[in-house]
Amino acid sequence: MVETVRVKTMMPPGHVRTPAYLRGKYGVIERKLGEFANPERAAYGLKKEMQPLVRVRFSMQEIWGDAAENPDDTLDAEIYVHWLEKGVDEIGGVTDAP
Amino acid sequence: MPHDHHDDDFHHSGMSPSGHPYREDDDHPLTYWQTMEIAMRELLIEKGILTPAEIATQIDEMDSREPANGAAVVARAWVDPAFKERLLADASEASREMGYDIGPLRLIALENTADTHNVIVCTLCSCYPRNLLGLPPDWYKSRSYRSRVVKEPRKVLAEFGLTLPDGTTVRIHDSTADMRYIVLPARPNGTEGWSAENLANLVTRDSMIGVGIPKSPA
Repeated sequence: MVETVRVKTMMPPGHVRTPAYLRGKYGVIERKLGEFANPERAAYGLKKEMQPLVRVRFSMQEIWGDAAENPDDTLDAEIYVHWLEKGVDEIGGVTDAP
Repeated sequence: MPHDHHDDDFHHSGMSPSGHPYREDDDHPLTYWQTMEIAMRELLIEKGILTPAEIATQIDEMDSREPANGAAVVARAWVDPAFKERLLADASEASREMGYDIGPLRLIALENTADTHNVIVCTLCSCYPRNLLGLPPDWYKSRSYRSRVVKEPRKVLAEFGLTLPDGTTVRIHDSTADMRYIVLPARPNGTEGWSAENLANLVTRDSMIGVGIPKSPA
């Protein structure tokens, strides 16, 4: 099943591995990668917190809008699930968060 | 004699005999991070955690990694369908199977097909499959490549000499977290019956990053 997700729009300081250009964008989960230490804590020597990591696929249309070079080309990025929220697919159905 | 250039030659000013400027001596004070690196290294040695020889060995090991390692993996995947399947399922394990010690690296292989072309980038820093391919080229770490290839990949690829047909889907992979990537390029036409060893000579570093394709058979 296609899982649609949206990257949260928050802008916290610190060692964040979610690129700003993807915040607020909708994508689909390409594959699940297992659990990894959350770098936002690990970078500061804080107690290890494991977070599921997934690869999310975005269309260039979704990321760049009309400025996209080719709307159907894609971009995949690894995003920790605490950065993802429930997405709404094109026909308006709500999908579950990972 | 109207001129005497001895002084210039002696002071290494101006151009070298081959017409290049001499590199300046690095007489400036250490930067913050250079001091930090030296302090960390000296502490590790002082506390008996590492020896200078172990550090030198590790640097040697990193320097010995080169694109030829990745090329051997790609060529094997071209001639051995079962290996290719294992590579696409778990590229770390498949690289270890070929004898490449890639440490804890989590590697994903991305297959180029007749209608899909993959390209890797790290927009946040310079993540690169170093443990398999060695150090990244300077341009891979440049702000220009990192910011442009996610927005206008076709234009960037054209600058590398690779113009893709409109019907090909470009897939960019941003190494944002714990994975590293290697592109499995398509096997060149006209190489039927070639050995993995000969095929490996056609696999370029750029073709494993996705900004190029393998060389054509001569």
